[in-house]
Amino acid sequence: MTTPQEENFMRKISAEEKIEPKDWMPDAYRKNLIRQISQHAHSEVIGMQPEGNWLTRAPSLRRKAILLSKIQDEAGHGLYLYSACETLGISRSEMIEQLQSGAAKYSSIFNYPTLTWADVGAIGWLVDGAAIVNQVSLQRTSYGPYSRGMIRICKEESFHQRQGYEAMLALAKGSEGQKAMAQDALDRFYWPALMMFGPHDSESAHSQKSMEWKIKRETNDDLRQKFVDQTVKQIEVLGLEHPDKNIKWNEARGHYDSSDLNWDEFWSVINGNGHCNRQRVEHHIAAHDEGEWVRDAITAYNEKKRAKNAQHAA
Amino acid sequence: MTTVTEKLELFEVFVRSKRGLDHKHVGSLHAEDHEQALEYARDCYTRRSEGVSIWVVKSSDICASQEDDADCFYDPSDDKPYRHATYYVLPDPVNNM
Repeated sequence: MTTPQEENFMRKISAEEKIEPKDWMPDAYRKNLIRQISQHAHSEVIGMQPEGNWLTRAPSLRRKAILLSKIQDEAGHGLYLYSACETLGISRSEMIEQLQSGAAKYSSIFNYPTLTWADVGAIGWLVDGAAIVNQVSLQRTSYGPYSRGMIRICKEESFHQRQGYEAMLALAKGSEGQKAMAQDALDRFYWPALMMFGPHDSESAHSQKSMEWKIKRETNDDLRQKFVDQTVKQIEVLGLEHPDKNIKWNEARGHYDSSDLNWDEFWSVINGNGHCNRQRVEHHIAAHDEGEWVRDAITAYNEKKRAKNAQHAA
Repeated sequence: MTTVTEKLELFEVFVRSKRGLDHKHVGSLHAEDHEQALEYARDCYTRRSEGVSIWVVKSSDICASQEDDADCFYDPSDDKPYRHATYYVLPDPVNNM
C-alpha cells in the first residue's frame, strides 16, 4: 500500500517536478542519490590525478596554463557535487571516508595511467566528452540540487573537451612521431571511455529504479550510442584510424554499429584491479593527511579570532 | 524619534518561482523575527503565486564583496581567456563540441 507521502512524491516525479532537499522522499531514493552523486563527486576529485601527472611536463607554458585551469575546474566541480550531496543529509567527512575505504566508487576511467602527453589530449576530448554526454542528460534529473549542479558544470565543461581536441589536433597534424603518439592515446582511451557509461542496461544493478525515479533520464546503452556516433567524425577530422574495426553506419537504425566491449576488463577495474586503483586512493589519503595542518590552522585562527572579538565586545 | 522599522531587523527575501530553479533575490523587508519575515514575504512578494518556496535571511548575516573592489577582486581570472570554450578554434565539421 502506498502512503499519501509516497503518492505525493510519485505525483511530483511523474509531473516532471523537481524534488527539493526539504521534501519527503523514500529512503531508497535518498540512498540511490547519495551513491550516485558522491560517486560523481569522487570522480571529479580523483580525475585530477592522471592529468596532474603531466602538469610539470606540459610541452609549453600555454598548454600548462590551460591544463592547470582545467584541473582547477575539476576541483570546483567536485565541490558543487559534494555540496549537492550534503543536502541529502550525509556529511563531507563521511563521503571522504567512504572513498578512502573503498566503500564508495569513482569512475573506473581514472584507474588508467597517463603514459604520454597525448593522453592528456585524449582525456579532455574523450573522457570529458563522454562525461558531457552523461551530464547533459543529467541536467534533467529529478533531484533539484543535482540538476542545478549539472547545469553549472555543463556550462564549464565545453572548454575541457575543446582544449583536449585542440591538443590532439596539434599532435595529429605534427610529425610522424607525434601522430603515432596521438593514435596510441586514442587506441588506449577509446574503449575505457565507452565503459564510462557503465554496464549494459540488462546488467546494471541500479538502472531500473533510477529510471523510474528519473534520477537517470537515459539508459547506459543509449548514452553510449550517442557518444559512439558523435566520435566517428571527430576521429576522421584528426586523420587518425578508428580503434574499432567494426564501426559501421547502420542506415536502418540511424546509428553506428560497433564492437562489444571487453566486459571482463570493465569488471576487473571496477573491482579494484586496474593499473592505478591502489595508487589513486593512496595518493588521496596521503594528500588528505598532509593537508591536516592546514585544516588545523584554520580552526586555530577562527578560535583566536572569536576570542579576540569576545574580548572587544566585553 | 525612532520609527518602528528602525527597531525591526532587516531581512533579505529569496523566492523560488518553480521547483528545480534557484531561489532568487527579490527584495527586503523589516520584521521582528524569521517567522514574521516569512509571513511578510509571502504577503509582500508572492501575492500572485510568484513562488513555491521562500527563504528569508537577516541582512546583517550576508557578507558581500564590494563592487568598487571588483577590478582587483576578479583580476586573477581576467587574463585567462583559455577558460572559455570560444578560445579554441576547431575545424567546422567538429566545431559543435
